Amino acid sequence: MSTVALTEAHHGSAGREWSGPAPKRTVTGYGFWIFILSDIVMFSAFFATYAVLLGQTAGGPTGRELFDLHAVAIETAFLLASSFTCGMAAIAADARSTIWFQLAMAVTCVFGLGFLNLEQQEFASLVARGAGPTRSAFLSAFFTLVGCHGLHVSGGILWLLTMMAQVYAKGFRPDIQRRILCFALFWHALDIIWIAVFTIVYLLGSAK
Amino acid sequence: MLGKLTWAAIPFDQPIPMIASGVVALSILAVLAWVVIKGHLPYLWREWITSVDHKRIGVMYTLLAMVMLLRGFADAIMMRAQQSVALHSQGFLPPEHYDQIFSAHGTIMIFFVAMPFMIGLMNFVVPLQLGVRDVAFPTLNSVGFWLTATGALLINISLVVGEFARTGWLPYPPLSELTYSPGVGVDYYLWSLQIAGVGTLVSGINLVTTVLKVRTRGMSYLRMPMFCWTTLATNLLIVAAFPILTATLAMLLLDRYLGFHFFTNEAGGNMMMFMNLIWTWGHPEVYILVLPAFGIFSEVFATFSGKPLFGYRSMVAATMAICILSFMVWLHHFFTMGAGADVNAIFGIATTIIAVPTGVKVFNWLFTMYGGKVRFETPLLWSIGFMVTFIIGGMTGVLLAVPPADFVLHNSLFLVAHFHNVIIGGVLFGAFAGYTFWFPKAFGFKLHEGLGQAAFWCWLVGFYVAFMPLYVLGLLGMTRRMQHYDVPEWRPWLIVAAFGAALILCGIVLQIAQLVVSIRRREKLRDETGDPWDGRSLEWATASPPPAFNFAVLPEVSGEDAYWKLKHPATGQGRSHEKPEYGAIEIPRNSPTGFVCAFFATMMGFALIWHIWWMVAAGAIGAFATFIVFAWRDHDEDVIPAAEVARIDGSNRAQRHAIFGKEAAE
Repeated sequence: MSTVALTEAHHGSAGREWSGPAPKRTVTGYGFWIFILSDIVMFSAFFATYAVLLGQTAGGPTGRELFDLHAVAIETAFLLASSFTCGMAAIAADARSTIWFQLAMAVTCVFGLGFLNLEQQEFASLVARGAGPTRSAFLSAFFTLVGCHGLHVSGGILWLLTMMAQVYAKGFRPDIQRRILCFALFWHALDIIWIAVFTIVYLLGSAK
Repeated sequence: MLGKLTWAAIPFDQPIPMIASGVVALSILAVLAWVVIKGHLPYLWREWITSVDHKRIGVMYTLLAMVMLLRGFADAIMMRAQQSVALHSQGFLPPEHYDQIFSAHGTIMIFFVAMPFMIGLMNFVVPLQLGVRDVAFPTLNSVGFWLTATGALLINISLVVGEFARTGWLPYPPLSELTYSPGVGVDYYLWSLQIAGVGTLVSGINLVTTVLKVRTRGMSYLRMPMFCWTTLATNLLIVAAFPILTATLAMLLLDRYLGFHFFTNEAGGNMMMFMNLIWTWGHPEVYILVLPAFGIFSEVFATFSGKPLFGYRSMVAATMAICILSFMVWLHHFFTMGAGADVNAIFGIATTIIAVPTGVKVFNWLFTMYGGKVRFETPLLWSIGFMVTFIIGGMTGVLLAVPPADFVLHNSLFLVAHFHNVIIGGVLFGAFAGYTFWFPKAFGFKLHEGLGQAAFWCWLVGFYVAFMPLYVLGLLGMTRRMQHYDVPEWRPWLIVAAFGAALILCGIVLQIAQLVVSIRRREKLRDETGDPWDGRSLEWATASPPPAFNFAVLPEVSGEDAYWKLKHPATGQGRSHEKPEYGAIEIPRNSPTGFVCAFFATMMGFALIWHIWWMVAAGAIGAFATFIVFAWRDHDEDVIPAAEVARIDGSNRAQRHAIFGKEAAE
């Protein structure tokens, strides 16, 4: 009964009036943005911790002695390139081109794996040199911050492969399109966080 | 094979936990047996466990909170009893057990009573108030609930398998580090909260998106009911603050499991960083709890005074101001850390400033009642009880915000009295007001009024008798968390406090009786109007309980107090008697994803606590497989055909037309 529309005699200008629930794609993308913001808050806690513990090397090695900027530059290049191909995949999905989508996603995956491989080599060499996370508070913070980003990339690759399989099996259904949108947001956000890691951890860390 | 888990983990030699867990296990078994024998299991599975309906999930959250309230209160009454006898003696609780009890009490009351109660009410009410059919992400909502339940389950398992933390409700290092807490207690705490924290974050994202993106036509921001505004503020705080908790607890976990040095005494660790991090989450957390309560009171004061909320816009501004300020005061939790006079002064001033928007709210509520036709029914009693109690708690809070005073009162029972004053008087009274207020909407019948009022008076008087003595004890120098003491002057006050706890127990018993009596007499208490309190917002515009789709036709809103305008033709456009145009409605299909996911999360959490690594891997694979299965389903929506919508809505309309027609004739 009273759920009937009750209309006002004259509407406000159409632009200012709220026109009802947003479409699903908007809602999903918006919600995922909120999630990304929360994830960035979590990273900010790790960044703050790293900043506090930067000098706490407990007589152990400092960042300047440990970081190899060449490897990090290659890692950065891989990740930025993967972001570009991820963008291509999103465009291919919008154009509903399966071949280009799968190809772009596969290249993204290769770049992501290349990044992870370099990161894993860096971690392994640090541990081998006696500069593992248990050596000092500084190294605990370093491994946690960078490792947390690495875990996100690993999770992202798992998601990426799932999306490739899903598009292969189900095609570009609207719900799968929404998931591709979220995946792309996630992958780009990891890039943004990496830029912060690169600057704050590696560049500033090598300067000291 | 089973990691650290052996038979020694079960405390066969300690009667209290064995009896307590025996009682809990027996009652769970009895309920399960009853459900299975009576054949309710398929119904429960179909209609509740796999439900993605925001109303059902809201009810389940609230139920979880009420059950855990009993557990948390059992801890409370044991502490009060212990302290009233433990002068020059050990009392009946050994120290290691007493420490677990106060830790469990705080953890449970904050994370598994206050939080799920508020999230449950928000889940139930907000989509109805916004005039829409569901939250933004229904299945995610179910996942969030079941992960919260997982956390609660793990904490209760710690009662019988192993032990709980002895570190207080916030595990301050270095006490919580492996060196000083080698047992599994802290690990139970950490994994419970990590898992439940994911659930809370998910629910926060869901409700923020719902309020910002899923509102019915014409429901602009400044037409939203106050409860929707406080929901928005609360969930923004959840999204901004809970990740900090996750990160902080993750660091402590790394310290404990992998030998990292975030908060240790050695290798450059910094334990004060834990205090800073945990309270940058922890202070917003108290506003996460109390803001929804402020929203509930706003609805109740307006409804039971028969007037629009006074100063609606200033209320919105005050809510959002609190939302921001709550991030700027965390350091007042450790003025004694030694940050220096300047830093302490800044945080002291920031803290006192928060009292300003809160004061704005109190005056708005008072002016809402002023000149109104006030009806003193149970929800309003809780609200008035809140106003008086919360003002006292707020003033002792401002007192504690003055650093020199805090140096004296820090860590004393004065502090304990203060935060119970605001959390019981603010959050819990708000939860009870909301429970009584929206119960008829959820189930179609009111709660028994007499028993509700009796419960209120027991709680209110019991609260004052239990906690005012703690202020005195704080001023007499008694510190918190004492298992025994040697000062005879304290004892009379502790006995009075124990008596107060007994009064609160009467209140709880009366609340249980109220629920039982109301269910038995539901035919007499039935409300067929859908609007038992003469409400103002859209949740009262639909039937009680609302149909699965909430609104047959989404309402269109043209101002504040949307439903009030609809009911009163003089101020609005009047009630339409035309039959609306019905269309088919798509509703999200039920899914066991949340429940299955929580099953694997429980498995993983338990395995991580006991270092059973193969089970951790199995749980992780299971959880991932669950998501794959979910992502692969082909039908995620059920369609209710237009004819069925017309049938359901038609019978509701007919029923209510008859009632309103009769009223109009009188």
